[in-house]
Amino acid sequence: MPPEYKLELVCPAGSLPALKVAVDNGADSVYIGFRDDTNARNFTGLNFDMDSARAGVEYAHAKGAKVFLALNTYPQAHGWERWKRAIDGAAGNGMDAIILADPGLMQYAMKTHPQLHLHLSVQGSATNYEAINFYHEYFGIKRAVLPRVLSFAQVEELSAGTPVELELFGFGGLCVMVEGRCSLSSYVTGESPNNCGVCSPPKAVRWQKNAAGLESRLNGVLIDRYADNENAGYPTLCKGRFEVEGETYYTMEEPTSLNTLELLPELLRVKIRGLKIEGRQRSPAYVGQVTRVWREAIDQCVKNPKGFSVKPAWTAELSKVSEGQQHTLGAYHRPWK
Amino acid sequence: MKLALGPSLYYWTREKLREFYEEIAAAPVDIVYLGETVCSRRHIMRLQDWLEVAKMLAAAGKEVVLSTLTLIESESDLKSLRRITENGEFAVEANDMGAVHLMANRLPFIAGPCLNIYNPQTLHLIASLGARRWVMPVEMSHKALLPLQQSRPTGMETEVFSYGRLPLAFSSRCFTARFHNLPKDDCRFLCIDDPDGKTMHTREGKPFLVINGIQTQSALMYNLLGDMDSLRNGGVNVMRISPQSKHTAEIVRLFRDCMEQRISPEIAMRQMAQVMPEAACNGYWHGNPGMGQKVSTCAMQQE
Repeated sequence: MPPEYKLELVCPAGSLPALKVAVDNGADSVYIGFRDDTNARNFTGLNFDMDSARAGVEYAHAKGAKVFLALNTYPQAHGWERWKRAIDGAAGNGMDAIILADPGLMQYAMKTHPQLHLHLSVQGSATNYEAINFYHEYFGIKRAVLPRVLSFAQVEELSAGTPVELELFGFGGLCVMVEGRCSLSSYVTGESPNNCGVCSPPKAVRWQKNAAGLESRLNGVLIDRYADNENAGYPTLCKGRFEVEGETYYTMEEPTSLNTLELLPELLRVKIRGLKIEGRQRSPAYVGQVTRVWREAIDQCVKNPKGFSVKPAWTAELSKVSEGQQHTLGAYHRPWK
Repeated sequence: MKLALGPSLYYWTREKLREFYEEIAAAPVDIVYLGETVCSRRHIMRLQDWLEVAKMLAAAGKEVVLSTLTLIESESDLKSLRRITENGEFAVEANDMGAVHLMANRLPFIAGPCLNIYNPQTLHLIASLGARRWVMPVEMSHKALLPLQQSRPTGMETEVFSYGRLPLAFSSRCFTARFHNLPKDDCRFLCIDDPDGKTMHTREGKPFLVINGIQTQSALMYNLLGDMDSLRNGGVNVMRISPQSKHTAEIVRLFRDCMEQRISPEIAMRQMAQVMPEAACNGYWHGNPGMGQKVSTCAMQQE
């Protein structure tokens, strides 16, 4: 760790307005993606082209913030040139780091643009220091984003075994599965996070109202069915209700958001370098609201880690934008597993 | 082409494992992968026990490979991993980059299906680190595989997951323990009661996925028997069959008979239908959603 340790607040932006809102509300870094399948939030109407990316970098740099570019899907042979161009583009317009998962791309980036800082994406599925040190030894990665599967005790143990900076997800949508090791979406729809940068893509979703209730389907597969008094959620397929041996329940996970506000003193103690907010697909309003709360919480915790407590107003503010209006510590809190 | 038996993905009793691998020793399979790849809490078999099975199978003429855990989270998981990579006798299938790190430039290894090798550049990189065989990611199609085959590093063998419930996802959460309302740390190892996992149905009763501890599998049986010609023509060296608690040796024999053209894929598929626990799917291979099933025209013509 560098002598001047600081926990960076890393915020999502799916558009230039969202990037500006993040920077204005106190993000230390903003991560963005290009407008195609080179990143894991490949949604219609979202993301940046080269010009808006350059404008975003200029805006952030002028205000002392950094910009990271997510190129965190796995290119297949036919798409290789597009991913390569994206890396060249990032190097050309002053990105502070690129976030990669594919080892072949890392090798290309390291050889072609040795000055570029490389971060290992959460999609790289590195859950132990031997894996992280592999990417460090062969590609010189500066930072690794950890999959949302480790308990905090495991995170601490891991951090002792690597010189690489660590970034953790602190808030937002919760992947139940190890990122980079989930093909559920492509099993049903043909498109997965690894190859297409999408999970349970909107184009495969159908809503149907019938006598049994409101049904959500993904490429024809019934993901959930809602009674009139229930709130219907987006049919992410690991958050549907299914039946096992006569019991119907959320077999994998309830619709819920990750929220680790209460872990902040621990993150600082272990010198976690990045606190990542999920949600490049969300609106600038979401980005502004969440960034503001986390900025305030981090600043208070840095000032007085021992006396830190989560303000009810922060939780209330975050609940407004949470999936299913529920929060969880996820795997950081061991009993979740 | 060679036939491989993948690691058993379920938690079986010692007795079941012993019977199973004794049957496999006599079955027409060339390569056998052994070891616990799903859950670090499963402890019935220690490395020493797996090595005994490995020796028995090697004596029966099989190529034996020790497979490593897919999700490595703790120092104790790493200790178990190092014991496997340093076993000194049998080849190792690396299922995590941590395992690759321990094997790289030391010993030849097999790059497992979860390493996300999707392009020629990554395949060359993994070859330069010492991989001599790689297992294609399950969601990859025939068409996407071709460029990797065309520029394949010298000496590299390609293996394709060809039969069984697709290992689709890994979590740190145990879904079997969740079913029983137990925390993972007190799971009571109840997955031992489900030798083929627990089927998860949609709310309209269709078999959808299978829960196997922290792993989620397809309920449908991935089956590329009818696509064998396209695998062969595509230069695939090894077809992998994933163990089920029943009829695995029979499945192996049908694949072998088909491979050696003693019976047509069409007839083999019909016989296999009798012993498959669910319907077949092969969508991934054809570039479709994995759950899809496309009847191969080659298989029809041979009939």
